Amino acid sequence: MTAFLALLLRDMRLAMRVGGGALMGALFYFIMVAMTPFAVGPDLNLLTRIGPAMLWLGALLASLLALDRLFATDHDDGSLDLLMMGALPLELAVAAKAIAHWLTTALPLIVITPVLGLMLNVELSAMGWVALTLLAGTPALTFIGLIGAALAVALRRGGLLLAVLVLPLTIPVLIFGVAAANAAIVGPAPFGPPFTVLCALSLASLVLGPFAAAAALRQGLE
Amino acid sequence: MRTDLIDLRLAGKDLACERGGRLVFSGLNFSVSGGEALVVTGRNGAGKSSLLRLIAGLLRKAGGQLGITGGDDEATVGEQSHYLGHLDAVKPSLSVGENLQFWATYLGAPRGAPIGPALEAVDLAQLSDLPAAYLSAGQRRRLSIARLVAVARPVWLLDEPTSALDSASQDRLAELMRKHRASGGMIVAAAHGPIGLDEPRELKLGVMG
Amino acid sequence: MAVIDLANPTRFLTLVDRVLPWLAGATALVFAYGLYRVAGAPDDYQQGATVKIMFLHVPGAWLGMMGWGVMTVAALGTLVWRHPLADVAGKAAAPIGAAFTFICLVTGSLWGRPMWGTYWVWDARLTSVLVLFLLYLGMLALYWTAEDPNRSSRAAAILALVGAVNIPIIKFSVDWWNTLHQPASVVRMGGTAIDTSILVPLLIMALAFTLLFFTLHFAAMRNEILRRRVRSMRMMQAQHA
Repeated sequence: MTAFLALLLRDMRLAMRVGGGALMGALFYFIMVAMTPFAVGPDLNLLTRIGPAMLWLGALLASLLALDRLFATDHDDGSLDLLMMGALPLELAVAAKAIAHWLTTALPLIVITPVLGLMLNVELSAMGWVALTLLAGTPALTFIGLIGAALAVALRRGGLLLAVLVLPLTIPVLIFGVAAANAAIVGPAPFGPPFTVLCALSLASLVLGPFAAAAALRQGLE
Repeated sequence: MRTDLIDLRLAGKDLACERGGRLVFSGLNFSVSGGEALVVTGRNGAGKSSLLRLIAGLLRKAGGQLGITGGDDEATVGEQSHYLGHLDAVKPSLSVGENLQFWATYLGAPRGAPIGPALEAVDLAQLSDLPAAYLSAGQRRRLSIARLVAVARPVWLLDEPTSALDSASQDRLAELMRKHRASGGMIVAAAHGPIGLDEPRELKLGVMG
Repeated sequence: MAVIDLANPTRFLTLVDRVLPWLAGATALVFAYGLYRVAGAPDDYQQGATVKIMFLHVPGAWLGMMGWGVMTVAALGTLVWRHPLADVAGKAAAPIGAAFTFICLVTGSLWGRPMWGTYWVWDARLTSVLVLFLLYLGMLALYWTAEDPNRSSRAAAILALVGAVNIPIIKFSVDWWNTLHQPASVVRMGGTAIDTSILVPLLIMALAFTLLFFTLHFAAMRNEILRRRVRSMRMMQAQHA
């Protein structure tokens, strides 16, 4: 457990130091959502209607694009070798890195969501619900993306490959995330069912992601 | 002297290694006991680094058996080994002390054990608070070596350990290796020239074709 | 004192130490007087006292733009004249300019609530300021990514110049985009003539903001110079260990 915590804290510290990726995801998310009206026009009613979808798409891309270097930096400087030689099972080591990544990338993104809601003309009270769907759904994005990040390192490729591999896998999260958010803002469908499925998806990927990612890393041993 | 490590034995039998579809070596036998050092030599591409990575569990073996007896039966060979490869596993944005502290904790140093002595052993103690980004290649290498001192593991796998080290640092490394063997540890090193080991045994790769 | 003397960071530091207290004092005085005049300014017959947000909003926008101007000059100094202080000036200006732009956005949003019934409307002026803010965030991200000032200075200078060239184009595009989608019922600030009872406090507030900008800028430049000295001293410590 001390090894797990040590890795978690190290990754958070790295993300928050100069050159780390913390806040970069939130920044990307902010810019992406702020650019939507330039594409669809500044009609506030339209923005209210598509607001949750834009927020979710922004969160999806921000989480995945930020995952690109999750294992690559450790691989490039030899840290990944040593991470495999610890007594901590690789599955848990991978999970520690994912949690650190979620805390430094996804959490800031959720925090600024209410501000972005104002720009998309979504009421502040409704924004709380949208933020809640992101809180429940982004762990799924991180832990599914984790698999892609591990595969990308095993294949010695990065960048868009990760998005290509992982984006189709995130479709259920997107569907139920937006459904829950829409239910909270405009109704009339109830909020409960899609939100529960969203939580289930997060919990399932919390278990599945680390195993698949660790298997991918072991497969890539060379 | 730690007697519990003396009857330790690391042995490989009929080992084979394949990389990218090419057979690097096969039918390789070796054994090292506590206190011994084995130097792996051979031309470039003979598989010296591959053998070390294979022992560390970082490379899948294509055949044969590898095992360690007399140590911790629960742990794999890799978990009882230190691997010092070509890369230093040093994060430039963390301080020297933070880098070492992390690896010490992660690799299983006893809780609360100070890292000061290990930094002292590689003469980096006064740089503990500096970001590792400011270190030279040799200093980064020494920081990497400090890991071997901070966490006690019986097997040291050293790949060209003296590269980037000046002669004073080489002497210090030789001293650390001598102490490690005196306390019952073993060393498997890949090297082209002498690295300061006393009476090492030699394993020459690439002679069987 | 010739400009070339200021190229020496040590000289600059002594100058800053001498000037900064006066500058800070002047800022406080002008702010006090400006706020006094703002309090005395007449309320709008439609908007009531909310119109007074303007006295923060408008200077915020001006200073936000001036911040990029300072960065542009600094960028030229870095790329063309290789002035040792230019990069420091540019780096120090970025977060301050971003902060003023942010003040403009927040006050605009608060002002919009009673006027438009919502905190945000994609009105051409406000949207342009938002884009400027996004550019600032990009600049801050650039400085945040590179620890080595030698490496980030050129990149930041190029980005500042590219931004300076692009800002008018962006402004034009945003205006065009906004008129394309039926102009929202925006209250045009001022119109043809602003009454002096509003204009004078506004100008005083603008002066106060400008003084504040330079106070913060000088202090930030001093901090940056000291930070770089600490950095090079620590690197020397590593070398001689």
